[in-house]
Amino acid sequence: MLKELFIKKKKYATIPSEQVKQDVPEGIMSKCPKCKKIMYTKELVKNLRVCMSCGYHYPLPSRERIESLLDEGSFQEYDAEMISENPLQFPDYLEKLEADRRKSNLNEAVITGKGTINGHPLVIAVMDSAFRMGSMGSVVGEKIARAVEKARELRIPFLIFTASGGARMQEGVLSLMQMAKTSAALKLFSDEGGLIISVMTHPTTGGVSASFASLGDYNFAEPGALIGFAGRRVIEQTVREELPEDFQTAEFLLKHGQLDAVIHRHELKEALTNVLDIHQTGGDGAWWEN
Amino acid sequence: MVGELEFEKPLIELRKKISELKEFTKTTDVDLSAEIEKLEARLEKLENETYANLTPWDRVQIARHPNRPTTLDYIERLFTNFLECHGDRLFGDDEAIVGGIAKYHGLPVTVIGHQRGKDTKENIRRNFGMPHPEGYRKALRLMRQAEKFGRPIICFIDTKGAYPGKAAEERGQSEAIARNLFEMAGFAVPIVCIVIGEGGSGGALALGVGNHIHMLENSTYSVISPEGAAAILWKDASLAKRAAETMKITAPDLKELGVIDEIIPEVRGGAHRNVDEQAKAIDEVLKRSLKELLQLDHSALIEQRYQKFKQIGQFTFSTDYQGVK
Repeated sequence: MLKELFIKKKKYATIPSEQVKQDVPEGIMSKCPKCKKIMYTKELVKNLRVCMSCGYHYPLPSRERIESLLDEGSFQEYDAEMISENPLQFPDYLEKLEADRRKSNLNEAVITGKGTINGHPLVIAVMDSAFRMGSMGSVVGEKIARAVEKARELRIPFLIFTASGGARMQEGVLSLMQMAKTSAALKLFSDEGGLIISVMTHPTTGGVSASFASLGDYNFAEPGALIGFAGRRVIEQTVREELPEDFQTAEFLLKHGQLDAVIHRHELKEALTNVLDIHQTGGDGAWWEN
Repeated sequence: MVGELEFEKPLIELRKKISELKEFTKTTDVDLSAEIEKLEARLEKLENETYANLTPWDRVQIARHPNRPTTLDYIERLFTNFLECHGDRLFGDDEAIVGGIAKYHGLPVTVIGHQRGKDTKENIRRNFGMPHPEGYRKALRLMRQAEKFGRPIICFIDTKGAYPGKAAEERGQSEAIARNLFEMAGFAVPIVCIVIGEGGSGGALALGVGNHIHMLENSTYSVISPEGAAAILWKDASLAKRAAETMKITAPDLKELGVIDEIIPEVRGGAHRNVDEQAKAIDEVLKRSLKELLQLDHSALIEQRYQKFKQIGQFTFSTDYQGVK
């Protein structure tokens, strides 16, 4: 029954069909990396890229995420034209950016904008691991900080979906400083009563995990998402101890008190609507008079 | 010799030669004073050349020198009435970060810093200056206390990075760092951060959201160690020297990128050559910094800090892409 809610086509924003085509993985059939089941790619996409057999959550392209959550026609993108420069004159960086732009049809690793979820207005930022592994450089940091500033100005909630390998090496210390920039923007927003919701998706590691991803009033994650500060290999090399199989998964974090909830992709819209609703009602209204 | 640096080898050889000649003149009648004088002049010239043209990799080596002064060395010389405060009140006391209350030229302050050891025993106790979440949470506790009592906060940055370990992940290393970045942005007291050695990634930044950020001339501040960068970018950790140059991690680089405020000059050859002199150089910059920041009211301090970080980064606009419709 929940599933039916999400398959109702008219609830979703429409995106040009050309882009949809490009987002579909190569081939008519897809094999689940976890249970090895072979499925029609079309059906998989319809199922929000959740394996029909074992529930494995494939990475969800940012546009499909926006389409699956926001009310149709409500999305207005911010700073779509912002692109990276090469501040360190790093060899091959500009070429790599160009190649990723062509491959992913994205300008950078995050899309930001304004929209509504079941009528609740909010500012949303969605990271996309298809662009430079979702890494955070100057553009990602700036777009997120500006989006938070927008939410602060409009006095509406800020929702972020994270998917990132961490800081972008090619922009060196400027990438590192984006952690401070985004966190500072959130602090100023939070101090004015702004609602921050973070949903961590696979993977959320390094500098992104150690900044805005962890700073929600509510920190959620998708099942099976890899979330952590240091990489598993680095830890194995330094401590030389056996790490549990579920180490740094969403479930591991939940068990260790680092998350509010792990939420299945099919139940996300309902859960987010509930949180937004709770934060809208109440406040100064005297409910006992109703 | 302990702490002998690679780029200093020609200097060391020359010094050795001069002392050998001096020894030799003592035991024989041959007069070599002219020779010695010539060599000494050459040494002087070579020293000037070497220290005036340090490469990024040379600076990395100075920043990592085993005798490089640590946070506690500077606390001892710059502050009086220092009382170290331990523990995060949640889990434990992480000795990779030290902090407490003190007076700076009579002004009550809170001072916090990463703390390395100088020998193996101390390094084990201090986990090589690589904090766990409880270290960052102790720092945050002390900063909140500083704000409560209206004391400026001074942070010394000196770490290879936050500790990558199982326990650190379980206790929320990411959250601890993120929380510090978030909360530091909102404190209504002046925060001055000084990078004194290695500024390694998020583990360094977690004490680094200040109104002013200064760096010692031979310290480094980077998103990843040169070895780590080389391993990720070129799959070869031995290319660290090249990575140190490419990644722009030295004080002059960061000044140019608009990240730091002032470069604090070091004594010739590095801070470890004369800790007292080095502390004086820090004192001069720190005093100026605090004087300036103490003029600002609460909201101006928060706004100045936000704008400082907001302007860091480089980007442009392209009209090729039309965005999601």
